[in-house]
Amino acid sequence: MSTATAHDTHHEHHPGGLLRWVFTTNHKDIGTLYLIFSLVMLFIGGAMAMVIRAELYQPGLQFVDPQFFNSMTTMHALIMVFGAIMPAFVGLANWLIPMMIGAPDMALPRMNNWSFWILPFAGLMLVSTLFMEGGAPAGGWTMYPPLVLQTGDAFPFLIFSVHLLGISSIMGAINIIVTIVNMRAPGMTLMKMPLFVWTWLITAYLLIAVMPVLAGAVTMLLTDRFFGTSFFSAAGGGDPVMFQHIFWFFGHPEVYIMILPAFGVVSQIIPTFARKRLFGYSSMVYATASIAFLSFIVWAHHMFTVGMPLTGELFFMYATMLIAVPTGVKVFNWVSTMWKGAMTFETPMLFALGFVVMFTIGGFSGLMLAITPIDFQYHDTYFVVAHFHYVLVTGSLFSLFAAAYYWLPKWTGNMYDEKLGKLHFWLSTIFVNILFFPQHFLGLAGMPRRIPDYSVQFAEFNQISSLGGFAFGLTQLLFVYIIWKTVRGGAKATDRVWEGAEGLEWTLSSPPPYHSFETAPEVK
Amino acid sequence: MTSTSGGYYVPHGSHWPIIGSIGLFVMLQGFGNYLNGDGIGGTIMLVGFLILLVMVFGWFRVVINESEAGTYNTQVDRSFRWGMSWFIFSEVMFFAAFFGALYYARVFSVPWLGGADPGTNEVLWSGFEAAWPTNGPAQLGGEFNLLDPWKIPALNTLLLLSSGVTITLAHWALKKGNRGALVMWMLATIALGATFLGFQVYEYQEAYSSHYNLTLESGIYGSTFFMLTGFHGMHVTLGTIMLIVITLRCMKGHFTADRHFAFEAVAWYWHFVDVVWLGLFIFVYLL
Ligand code: HEM
Ligand SMILES: [Cu+2]
Repeated sequence: MSTATAHDTHHEHHPGGLLRWVFTTNHKDIGTLYLIFSLVMLFIGGAMAMVIRAELYQPGLQFVDPQFFNSMTTMHALIMVFGAIMPAFVGLANWLIPMMIGAPDMALPRMNNWSFWILPFAGLMLVSTLFMEGGAPAGGWTMYPPLVLQTGDAFPFLIFSVHLLGISSIMGAINIIVTIVNMRAPGMTLMKMPLFVWTWLITAYLLIAVMPVLAGAVTMLLTDRFFGTSFFSAAGGGDPVMFQHIFWFFGHPEVYIMILPAFGVVSQIIPTFARKRLFGYSSMVYATASIAFLSFIVWAHHMFTVGMPLTGELFFMYATMLIAVPTGVKVFNWVSTMWKGAMTFETPMLFALGFVVMFTIGGFSGLMLAITPIDFQYHDTYFVVAHFHYVLVTGSLFSLFAAAYYWLPKWTGNMYDEKLGKLHFWLSTIFVNILFFPQHFLGLAGMPRRIPDYSVQFAEFNQISSLGGFAFGLTQLLFVYIIWKTVRGGAKATDRVWEGAEGLEWTLSSPPPYHSFETAPEVK
Repeated sequence: MTSTSGGYYVPHGSHWPIIGSIGLFVMLQGFGNYLNGDGIGGTIMLVGFLILLVMVFGWFRVVINESEAGTYNTQVDRSFRWGMSWFIFSEVMFFAAFFGALYYARVFSVPWLGGADPGTNEVLWSGFEAAWPTNGPAQLGGEFNLLDPWKIPALNTLLLLSSGVTITLAHWALKKGNRGALVMWMLATIALGATFLGFQVYEYQEAYSSHYNLTLESGIYGSTFFMLTGFHGMHVTLGTIMLIVITLRCMKGHFTADRHFAFEAVAWYWHFVDVVWLGLFIFVYLL
C-alpha cells in the first residue's frame, strides 16, 4: 500500500487558542474534544463511585447520609453512561471513520460541532443538580416514577439534561450514518468496510431509533409532575409500569449502543496483533445486525419481577437467550482469529484480550439473569451490579483503553510508553476483578443494590470490593499520565505504527494531515 | 473561510453551533427555574429562546448563501438528503413513544385496573369499570365530554390531506420551471396548514370550555389526547414556518428544476406531519 497520499497543504488560519476548539468543524479536533470530555466525566463519575465504595466499606452509615448515597449511585450511572462511555465512542467515530473510509471529513461538519458543544452544557446542567435544593436526583438512573417525581428542584434539570444529551446523540448518530453511506472512497464497498465502521453504522441506527423514545418518556415524567397528566399514575388510568416499558425499550438497545462499537474496536485490534485476517468477517457483520435487531425485543428482561403475564415473561426470557447466539459467534470469531496466529502482546492487544475474557464473564452472568425464575432471586441485587460492570467496565471501558493505546500513536505521532501501558493493563485487570468479582457472591447471598447499609454477613466481600475499587480508581491516574506523556513526546511513530495493521488510516502520516483524504484513495 | 476537499465542501469553523448551545442552555435553565416557581425563570427562558432564534436565522442564512453560490456539489446534496431522512425517522420514534403510551393504556393498564387482572382491581380500585375514554378510577379532572371526530377533526384531516396534494403540485410546477404555479400552490399549502392550526386552536378552546371540560388533567385520556395532538400541532406550526421560508425563497428565485433539496426536505417534513395526523385521527379520535 502506498504511504502518505497526504500533504499538509493548507495550514489554514483557524482562530488561535481556545476559540479554535469552540468553532472547529474538523473531525479530528471534534474527536479530540469528545475524548477529553469523556475523560473528564470518567473522573467525575469515578469520584462518585469512590464515595459509594467508601460508604460500603463497612456496614452501618459512615460518611454520607442515605439520600446523598442514592444521589451518588444515580449520578454516577448517568454520568458514566451519557457522559463517559457514549461520548468516548463518538469521539473514536469522529477521529477514525473518515480516515477508515477515505473521506476528507465528516459529512456534516457544522452539525458535528454542535453535537459536541451541546454536551458540556448538558453535563454542566446535570452536575449542577448536586447543589440544588433537595439534592441531586436520587431515584436511580432509570428514573422510575413515582419515586423520581419526588426529586427536589433538580427534577426539571434532570429531564432537560437528558433531552440535551439526546439531541446531541441523535445529531452525532445522523452524522455518522450519513458519513458512512455517502463519503466512502471509490471501491470501499459496504462489505469491505472495517468492522469498527460497520458496528458504528448499526449503533448509530440504534441511537436514532431509541434516543427519541427516551426523550418522550422523560417528557411524560415532566408533564406528570408539572402539568397534571397521569401517564404513570393509576389514579388517572395510567400505570407506573408503563414508564418501565418505555424506558427499557430505550434502555436495552442503549446497552448495545455502548457495546457494539467496543466489538468494532476489538475486531480491529485482534487481527493486527495476531497477524491474521479477521476470521469470519461477514458473519461478524450479520451477527452485529442480528444483535441490533434482537435488542429491540428483549427489554422486559429488566422487569421480570414487576408482575407481567406469564406469556410476557416467557417471551422475553427466550428472546434474551437468543442474543447469546450472535454474541457467541463473535467470541468464537475472535478466538479463531488468534488460532495459530503470530501473536504479540502489546498493550492494545492485552486490553482486547482482557475484553474477550471478561466481557464473556459478563455475558454469562447476563444469561443467568435472563432466566426468569432465577432473576426473581437476583433482581436488584449486587449480582446485577456485577453483571453490568463486567460488560461495561471490562467490556466497554477496556475496549476504549485498547483503542486509546492502539490509535494514540497515529493521532499524536508519538509512541506511548509500552512499559507503563502494560502496567496500566495489569493493575486495572487485577483490581477490577477484586472490585467486581466479589459482588457476584454478595448478590447471590441477597445483598440489595442502591442501599447504603447492609447486614454484617456481607462485610468481608464489601471490604475486598472497596479496596479493589480504590486501587482501580487510582490506577486510572496512570492512564492520564501515559496519555499526557505521549502527547508531549516520545519515540516517533511510523505511519503504519503496527507491523500487522491493515486499513486506510495507516496509510496516512502519523499524525495525519488536517483533512484526512484530500483526494479519495483507490480501494482495491 | 472556505475550502473544498476533493470537491466536497468542508466549512472551516462556525460560531453558530456554540450560540445554539448557549441558547438551548439558557432557555432550558430558565424553563426549569420557572417550573420550580422562580419568578425570573420565564424571562430567562425567553432570552434563551431569542438566542436560539438568532442562531437559526444566522445558520440558515449562511447555508442558503452557500447553496445559492453553488458551493454544494451533488455529494453534499446527498448528505443533506440522508441527514433529513434520518432526522424525520427520529421524529417518528419520538411520536412512537406517545402512541405506545396510548396503546399501553388502552390495551393493558385500563383493562387491568378494571378487573382483567383481578388482583389489581380488588386491591387498588374495586368497583372501577374499564372503559375508554376514561379519566381513571379517581375521576381526575372531573366529568368530561368527547369531541365529535366527524366535525373539526374530520375537516382537519381533509385540510391536511389536500395540503399534501397542493405541495406535490407545487413540486411538479418547480420541476417544470413554472414559478407562478409553484408560488401559488405553495401559498395554498400554507393557507391549508394555517387553517388547520386555527381549527386546532378553536378545538382546544372548545375542549377546555365548561361544556366539554376535557383538559390535560382529564386522566389518561386527557393526557394522551393533548400530548399527541399538542406535539403534532407544534410540528405543524414548525412545518408551516418552514413552508413560509421556502415560499419566500421560491419567490426570490432560489432553486432550479433539478436542484432544490431544501424544498424537498420541507415537503418530506410536511408529508410526515400529515401521516402522523392520520394516525392521530384513527387512534385518538375514531377508535
Ligand atoms: C450477553 C447478553 C446479555 C444478557 C443476556 C443480559 C441480560 C441482562 C438482564 C436479564 C438484566 C436484568 C437484571 C435484573 O435487573 O434483574 C441485565 C441488566 C443490565 N445489563 Fe445486561 N445482558 C447482556 C449484556 C449486556 C451488555 C453488553 C451490557 C452493556 C454494555 C449490559 C448492561 C446491563 C445493565 C446496565 C443492566 C442493569 C440495568 C439496571 O437495572 O440499572 N448487559 N442484563
Ligand atoms: Cu437489557
